[in-house]
Amino acid sequence: MADEQDKTNGAQGSPQVNREKPKPPGYFEGESMTRRHAFTIASQAIGGLAGAAIVLPAVGFAVAPIFHRGKERWEGVGPVSDFVEDTYRQVVFTETEGIGDAGKTTAYVRKSSADLGEEPGKFVAVSNRCAHLGCPVRFVEAAGNFICPCHGGVYDFQGKRIGGPPVRPLDQFQTRVTKGQVEVGPRYSVTSQMEPVRARDPGEFTGGIWEYLYPPRPSTFPPP
Amino acid sequence: MPKLRKPKIPDAVVPPPLRKPAKPGSAGTPKGQAPSDLKEAPERKSAGDKMLEVGKEAPIDALGWVDQRLAASGFLTGMLFRKVPKGTNWFYTLGSATLFAFIVQATTGVFLAMFYTPSATQAYSSIAHINNEVPLGQLVHGMHKWGSSVMVILIFLHMGRTFFFGAYKYPRELNWVIGVVLLILTMTMAFTGYLLPFDQRSFWASIVGININGTGPVVGPYLSDFLRAGPELGATTLSRFYAIHMLLVPGAIIALIGAHMYLVVKLGTTAPPWVKAQRPKVAAPVAPLEAGANGNGRVNGNRANGSPVDGEETSA
Repeated sequence: MADEQDKTNGAQGSPQVNREKPKPPGYFEGESMTRRHAFTIASQAIGGLAGAAIVLPAVGFAVAPIFHRGKERWEGVGPVSDFVEDTYRQVVFTETEGIGDAGKTTAYVRKSSADLGEEPGKFVAVSNRCAHLGCPVRFVEAAGNFICPCHGGVYDFQGKRIGGPPVRPLDQFQTRVTKGQVEVGPRYSVTSQMEPVRARDPGEFTGGIWEYLYPPRPSTFPPP
Repeated sequence: MPKLRKPKIPDAVVPPPLRKPAKPGSAGTPKGQAPSDLKEAPERKSAGDKMLEVGKEAPIDALGWVDQRLAASGFLTGMLFRKVPKGTNWFYTLGSATLFAFIVQATTGVFLAMFYTPSATQAYSSIAHINNEVPLGQLVHGMHKWGSSVMVILIFLHMGRTFFFGAYKYPRELNWVIGVVLLILTMTMAFTGYLLPFDQRSFWASIVGININGTGPVVGPYLSDFLRAGPELGATTLSRFYAIHMLLVPGAIIALIGAHMYLVVKLGTTAPPWVKAQRPKVAAPVAPLEAGANGNGRVNGNRANGSPVDGEETSA
């Protein structure tokens, strides 16, 4: 008996009686829900709108930088005659403005070499940011290699990984020559076949399926 | 070792619900004497004595005034005098220790914020100013810096205690989940706070940390951009970390600590696993099977079968 009454919520009286729904208080002619129910839904909807009006702009404000690409920045690093084919010259330039020395980065620049299968007459600017976790690598003249002090990543003369934990070759910067000055521009990453792709953060693979697993970010510049 | 006598808690301290009722006949007055209100009126008190009496009553009156409006004494009595299981030991203080470490962090952090400038060009010099020129600045900064490590260590020890004592099991799973969220938030605090001094170590550690975070497939690169507020660590990265460190996460931690402690008080603590549950000395008499059943020897079996006996007659 108790079970049956629970199911019918006790509002329909004795089960033997005809089960036509009696008019509960709150219903009016032709209404499909009580006023209380309608007002509950309405006030919840208005409350939700008010909440969204506060939360959405705030979240958008915090998330917006993901979709924002800064101005393309080129900086002269020295006359053409400063750079040779068989070794690098270290240059320091500003990559991020407004934070003083912390926004500067280091690149190793040389003339492109036909012996390495590169297009002659260009300049190569290799970033010193290790492709493992972003520590600063150093070009060791005697070995002809880039070596990372943090976890022992080693790259060859071109910046290809030859040892240690890095997942891809060293990043590069776009280069151009303006009025006899070599200029470095936006950063880009390369695949293990040295094909340029959009800049990736350290630790992210490039090429093949990795282009989908580590998708290009809207905040980076297209590769040359 | 001689067993120490348990000190008797004075009646004034024990809240009324837990006070032992006085034995009949021994209520206040010695046997054979008339109750005090039947004795002759007490001699008149001097004004000084009256003042003293009022002064003595004042704190109690004030507390009573507050409690009449808050009605908190019942809750506080239940919370502060709640029973703890046999075998409760020093390991059970690790949670309170973590809370204490958090309070230290919150307090010192507030005062550090009075001198710190969250700007990429001034952060380093403002920390140097705190350390070298502000009186006690090095102490407060040191408490905050070392206290963060202490809090991380304590929260892990607390988690280990909970795990090895099996205190995460029913009905305390939700408290374990809240605790894990608190652990993640604590690590977020440690990570974002590390950048704030903006020295070489902060800078490179944050770069490595953000890059590790970026190695997560698909969302990782975007998450890194979100943390840095751009493709490179820049001017807004520091203020972003600062806002997360002192506005966003502390609020969440305080709210979750409240929930965590509410559940601790609500559910009680567990006994250590080496304390055996005590059986009652005399086993409770087992009721014969027929006693509670409706004649057929099955109490709840009918409902489980989906054929309610009661329903059959009504649904026809």
